[in-house]
Amino acid sequence: MLLQWPGAPALRARFATADACYPVSSDCDLQLSADGLANGAIQFNGQQLGYQRLLLALSANELANCDGLAALRVLLSPFAVGEAEQPILLVLSPGLAAPTAVYWADQGNNAARLLLFEGEVLRGLALQNCDDAVDFFYSAVGTVAAPDTRHLLALGPEPWAAAHRLTSRGKPMNKQKLLVIGNGMVGHHFLESLVDGGGMQRYDVTVLCGEPEPAYDRVHLSEFFSGRTAEDLSLVTPGFFEESGITLRTGARVASVDPAACIAELESGESFEYDRLVLATGSYPFVPPIPGNDGEHCFVYRTLTDLEAMRASAASSKVGVVVGGGLLGLEAANALQNLGLDTHVVEFAPRLMPVQLDDGGGAMLRRKISELGITVHCATATEQIVPGESARYRMEFAGGEYLETDMICFSAGIRPWDQLAREAGLDIGERGGITVNNACQTSDPNIYAIGECALWGGRIFGLVAPGYQMARTAASVLLDEEAAFTGADMSTKLKLLGVDVCSIGDAHGASAGAKTYSYTDEVAGVYRRINISEDGKTLLGAILVGDAQGYDQLLQYCLNGIELPAEPDTLILPARDGAAISLAPGQLPAAATVCSCHNVTKGDIVGALDGGCVSVGEVRDCTAASTGCGGCAQMLKDIVNAELAERGVEISTAICEHFPHTRQELFHLVRVGQIQTFAELLKKHGRGRGCDICKPAVASILAANWNDYVLEQPHLGLQDTNDRYLANMQKDGSYSVVPRVPGGEITPDQLIAIGEVGKKYQLYTKITGGQRIDLFGARLEQLPAIWGELIDAGLETGHAYGKAVRTVKSCVGSTWCRYGVQDSVSMALRIEHRYKGLRAPHKLKFAVSGCTRECAEAQSKDIGVIATENGWNLYVCGNGGMKPRHADLFAVDLDDETLIAYIDRVLMFYVATADRLQRTARWLENLEGGLDYLKQVVIEDSLGLAAELEQRMGAVVDTYQCEWATTLEDPERLRLFQGFVNSEAEDEHIMFVEERGQIRPAREDEREAPVVVVEDVA
Amino acid sequence: MTAANTEAGWVRICDESALLPGAGVAARLGDTQIAVFRAADGGDGLWAVGNYDPIGGANVISRGIIGDLDDEPVVSSPLYKQHFNLSTGVCLEDASQSLPVFAVALRDGGVWVEV
Repeated sequence: MLLQWPGAPALRARFATADACYPVSSDCDLQLSADGLANGAIQFNGQQLGYQRLLLALSANELANCDGLAALRVLLSPFAVGEAEQPILLVLSPGLAAPTAVYWADQGNNAARLLLFEGEVLRGLALQNCDDAVDFFYSAVGTVAAPDTRHLLALGPEPWAAAHRLTSRGKPMNKQKLLVIGNGMVGHHFLESLVDGGGMQRYDVTVLCGEPEPAYDRVHLSEFFSGRTAEDLSLVTPGFFEESGITLRTGARVASVDPAACIAELESGESFEYDRLVLATGSYPFVPPIPGNDGEHCFVYRTLTDLEAMRASAASSKVGVVVGGGLLGLEAANALQNLGLDTHVVEFAPRLMPVQLDDGGGAMLRRKISELGITVHCATATEQIVPGESARYRMEFAGGEYLETDMICFSAGIRPWDQLAREAGLDIGERGGITVNNACQTSDPNIYAIGECALWGGRIFGLVAPGYQMARTAASVLLDEEAAFTGADMSTKLKLLGVDVCSIGDAHGASAGAKTYSYTDEVAGVYRRINISEDGKTLLGAILVGDAQGYDQLLQYCLNGIELPAEPDTLILPARDGAAISLAPGQLPAAATVCSCHNVTKGDIVGALDGGCVSVGEVRDCTAASTGCGGCAQMLKDIVNAELAERGVEISTAICEHFPHTRQELFHLVRVGQIQTFAELLKKHGRGRGCDICKPAVASILAANWNDYVLEQPHLGLQDTNDRYLANMQKDGSYSVVPRVPGGEITPDQLIAIGEVGKKYQLYTKITGGQRIDLFGARLEQLPAIWGELIDAGLETGHAYGKAVRTVKSCVGSTWCRYGVQDSVSMALRIEHRYKGLRAPHKLKFAVSGCTRECAEAQSKDIGVIATENGWNLYVCGNGGMKPRHADLFAVDLDDETLIAYIDRVLMFYVATADRLQRTARWLENLEGGLDYLKQVVIEDSLGLAAELEQRMGAVVDTYQCEWATTLEDPERLRLFQGFVNSEAEDEHIMFVEERGQIRPAREDEREAPVVVVEDVA
Repeated sequence: MTAANTEAGWVRICDESALLPGAGVAARLGDTQIAVFRAADGGDGLWAVGNYDPIGGANVISRGIIGDLDDEPVVSSPLYKQHFNLSTGVCLEDASQSLPVFAVALRDGGVWVEV
């Protein structure tokens, strides 16, 4: 349907297919209501007319003055450019209820285009002074999905026809060539964002990486010297480039970019064409112009190559100096100290980290770093570097003092790597940096710049988080999504040389009228400062040194302008009653970021609850909040609980109706009250008779604490069916049997014995994922006889039936393997024999690999151990299963005894604090404080529990028994495995048929005439 | 089965001592399998229901964990964990499913079930 106003372009001829054309004049009665736009109907001269396509040609004046078009004006509200007389063409299809607008305006030519999307579908458009596009959109409206049309908005007149042809053929656009120069942290985050956003359907992506390795974690570079390998530091998920289809070229240094020809050329002369180019070239270290700064043992601290060179130099050095006491300089100092050098830091400014810290904070940091054996020289300017007497070099300072050293590392700030852009003629800031707009676009619209090479609003952002924001922005813009980089919060939370350092907002209180509170505790080594606004209502900035507690809360106050409590100093004064700084969840605005790893706001969490989530776990699964570092777990829990309470949902943490306690509380009650039986616990702390939830949970708690034989009478009825019969029940009521095969090592005789048992009892045999053998199809009453024979052959129970330690998978290690660096089998045996029989909230799987090739897949296990040249790396809380989780690196290069001590502590802490049926992966994700907290408890012994945890584990180890051996010792116990109390007959419902030479349970349709053809050879 | 073990529709299935406090045992009444449970604290807690799990399709009810939910005695199936009321046999999760219920009593040191 076409509505034609006088004076508007005559469209009738061009739209011959329009089923009706109505000339509109000022005396017509035209009504376009919001309902009508949603349903596809107009009121015209008292008549209701429906439409599939509504084409309107009218002037801006008419749009402004005609009352019947008010609903349309709302829709077109962003569309206010051009001459009032300039005609507007509109194409609308039904279904315009709450559209989102994407618009483009060219005021120079009085031209504008506006697209209206309902969900992902283009439902309407308005064009002013560019009616060449109307043909295309007329056919596209209502049919074309947003990603296919959104980017057409900005095309000039000529490509319309081509776009029209392509779209009408229904084929995807030709892929554009996207070239990315640089594969640092930001460049790689860009690639990940692009891939996540579906960018590989739109672009052929090539990455030119100047360094020999693809992206690695520069923030934690110093850990390279404390045992982390280049592989550990890598940011590239294995298979990322292969699976995404991105072409990666390492060691590919770009010599020039020609924006006119859209070509980048390597130093080797090879050239790459592009349609779009992303510059993620990063920065280079600034080396102060000090005479003598180019010595053989003078370095910068930026790349893995730099670190390799420093390591080589350190081998022949005793003293090392870092020039620069900023964030990176202190990281470098950490590196030098890890290399075993007598380490000095020389800073020109009067304090350390002059940008982030004030004098008080700098002094506290200096004090703590000095305690670690690093000598700090502040307010010290180096005038020249000359040959030394007691060491390679002498650094001569202004004022006549000097310092002798064997090597020097410059870390005095960064400079943007903008050379390529500069030579290509792109706009560059006065003091360097590639100028970009809010879309991270440079002065050439086809070229983007992100990270430390980019200059936005006159600023370079030298932190990774703003770089990541730019990367996400550029990726979104390239996918035609609305996104803008509008600056970044430079608040930081760091651990430098093990010292917590945080800086928030206006850390120096430089804002007009700012008032400051500060707190210094030289005993504990803590400095805290907050700067508040003149009216005392809002937090402007803060500094925390020595203890990061409260950072998250303070950051929320600062970012969201939340009104401060009446006595703001309570935010930094130590809480005498043990209460932490608390910000009520209700005070947080919806936009407050709760999980910064996954960028989840409070609004997202509330949205998940609105969408039907009713627990922290569900919100976590839905939003991914707290699944990264886990630091926000407590805040997430507080918000969810507060929101649920507000909705009238009562949150019960009770394990079931019989105990008003969590599993963790029950564990504590059992331990503290020395409670030995379920009945006793129920009498003291519960009600009723118990159920299938609390009974097995308490059975597990009792076993972890006292380790009694699980079939002892008071415990018998508590056990889950598998524990009750010490075997795994299958779907037909028969059982499977798994002997322990420690470390997967088994003798031929044991193999034969298992084979003999399988044959004799006609069992189905299968190799398990945990390097063991599972024997299926045993009847209840056969279990004692089967185990009698297995035990005679020297085997023992595998606890496959228990929420207990299952297997320790291993590779053959250095004994046989050409690559192995440690004896992984011996370690696996030691671990399996130590922890076998440990009852836990859920099953536990371990693995030990003999080298970094990781053939035992330890990084997917609850406890994973990987051999290094120097010992063992310990990984914790990995998980296969329904929701896989890569294990976290917990500690590196451990000797055997420390490894065992750490595993003891981690496991016992898990056993004591996890929820029922919660595996270690979910436990860690829920643990307040996450991995860092676990490290504090286990490695630093922050709770003073380490010795007790080890002692408790020792008690479990000392009381280990093979439950099947114990069972068979006493003939009285055999009646626990009777089929019937009054009959020797077999359960005729258990019925097998043959498949591939073994038995399997009969299906319903096979029960009539079962055929068991496996011969009994016993 | 000897004459001494049957009287007026009741069958003696075993000695009282064959029961396991807080757990179940299976018994046969001809071709029918039943599950007999004794409460952990003894007392009046004694129940007999069918041993066949109609949802899991196997004779396993006697191996379930017993307890109470809303003060009603229940057994949970060891296969898929549905709860059956021990007094009525009705499944709590699916009222269309139930176990047959048998009268059971202790007499003269034996366990008697009505057939």
